[in-house]
Amino acid sequence: MSIPAYYITMAIITGIYTILALSLNIITGFAGQPNMGHAAFFGIGAYTLAILTTRYEVAYWLAALAAAVAAGAVGSLLGLISLRVREDFLAITTIGINFVVVSVFLYHPFFGQAFGIGNIPMPSVLGQALGRSGLLVVVVLTVVAVVWISRRVEGSWFGLALESLREDEEAAEAVGIDTRRFKVLAFALGTALAGFAGALYASFMSFISPGDFTFPLSITILCMAVVGGLGTIRGPVVGAIVLSLLPEVFRFVMDYRLLVYGGLLVLMMRLQPSGLLGRGSFLMRCGERWRMGRRRSAAVS
Amino acid sequence: MLAQQLVSGIVIGGVYALIALGLTLVYGVLRILHVAHAAVYATGAYVGLTTYQRTGSLWLALLAAALFCGAFGVLIHRFVYGPLLNQPRIVPLIASIGLFIFFQDFLRLVFGPYAQSFPARVPFGLLDLGAAVLPGRQVFILVTTLVLLAAAWYVVNRTRLGLAWQAVAQDAEMALAMGVPVPRAVAVNFLFGSALAAVAGILVGIHYNSVYPAMGEMPAYKMLAVVVLGGLGSIPGTVVAAFLLGLVETLLVGYVGFVLPRDAIAFVALILMLLVKPEGLFGKGGA
Repeated sequence: MSIPAYYITMAIITGIYTILALSLNIITGFAGQPNMGHAAFFGIGAYTLAILTTRYEVAYWLAALAAAVAAGAVGSLLGLISLRVREDFLAITTIGINFVVVSVFLYHPFFGQAFGIGNIPMPSVLGQALGRSGLLVVVVLTVVAVVWISRRVEGSWFGLALESLREDEEAAEAVGIDTRRFKVLAFALGTALAGFAGALYASFMSFISPGDFTFPLSITILCMAVVGGLGTIRGPVVGAIVLSLLPEVFRFVMDYRLLVYGGLLVLMMRLQPSGLLGRGSFLMRCGERWRMGRRRSAAVS
Repeated sequence: MLAQQLVSGIVIGGVYALIALGLTLVYGVLRILHVAHAAVYATGAYVGLTTYQRTGSLWLALLAAALFCGAFGVLIHRFVYGPLLNQPRIVPLIASIGLFIFFQDFLRLVFGPYAQSFPARVPFGLLDLGAAVLPGRQVFILVTTLVLLAAAWYVVNRTRLGLAWQAVAQDAEMALAMGVPVPRAVAVNFLFGSALAAVAGILVGIHYNSVYPAMGEMPAYKMLAVVVLGGLGSIPGTVVAAFLLGLVETLLVGYVGFVLPRDAIAFVALILMLLVKPEGLFGKGGA
């Protein structure tokens, strides 16, 4: 293949961010539960794969599955916490989980402390280790799969239950929806997907350290989903693509990245809390009007 | 040794209390988790340091920082939180985090990424308590903290302003109907809380002899934990939780050599507390 390595790197990173934004969207967008510590689950996935493959010589795909299961298991615990702790309290708890997980990575010798873990293998297919372009294919397939999962969730009873949970938890309970089960399920699914993204990331980097999974990453993921439009599928995808490429396209943005992200978050919340492509947002209304206009002119002619 | 650790835990706890108090006040009247409070705190440290470098007067530095940050807090409320009050709760929270990140990076761009020292001359000498010895700076920090906490207690419990805050906290609409000037009470609330944060910023700068753009990073989230531990919106609970955290952190780190890093202790305590007693130390129930 003759695609320059730089583009492959960019595409892989964008793809991983897309998976993360979509997986957060299941928890925060569909189910409406704040999760400001998503990077922790990404990290749990990455560390699970790294430790299993480098120290215990577990087969790659088995380790990747274990990464998703480990992240999903911790995520379900958070889901159980979310049954007792609501809204603001839950938001703070998720922030806390991010700090605690990172400090465990940083201070426990088992996780390699500040040195991190290196020599993480690439995924292998039919006994053949993949190269970077092969990894890109895996990432793209995963993105497609996560979009498909999100669509399935959105259109199913599970999705409807989550929506009712988001809009009015008490009313949902009153009409007999088992909100507890659905909440835990949403957390489990979203965090498991983040864990799988972590496994791909660990392979891609071949070296991971606690600094890769800190709170600012959680905010970056949240920012992508929010800017695009929480609760939709197009929103997080577009948000992740735009915000991962923005610093690359506009070099000056790189130095002021946090300034731009922070400013964007405030402006979005202030002017368009449902996101650029969320339901009822300015852009979507414009699109609607344009389509209506076309239909009308077609009818006239 | 133990006495020394206790004293230094109290000094840190007092500073935590000053920062957390502003957060509790804001949460009490607006039900917003004011993460950007930590940006106000870091800004306070920089305004104080700059004033101190120019004039050499610590009192002037404290005053300038308190006034500047008070106004800063009022502006944040006026232009960001005020218009978002009717949105879902996550909206102002995200806006607040965005604001915090923005101003933290702004400080980095204006003052540079490196730590600056804050070599303040304080009007106190070494205090020898027998079992523990306090350097003048720590005496200054402790005295300032205690005076401000006492003042805050007085304002909240013994003035019409404090009464107005309590009324707004209980039911804003009812308070308005009873003739409480709610918008003004809320604005003054921000002014007061932000001024306290600014002073805390200077005190921390003096304590560690360093002021740097990311100094708000840990307090931003750790103070949320303190506020929740104390029972969101409860002022005495917050102060007790802050002192407890300062003591526990200092003792565990310095005395026991705890396995967890200092900054994770608050969150471990928080998660345990939320699971066991979600309403906090002094909360009135209903998490």
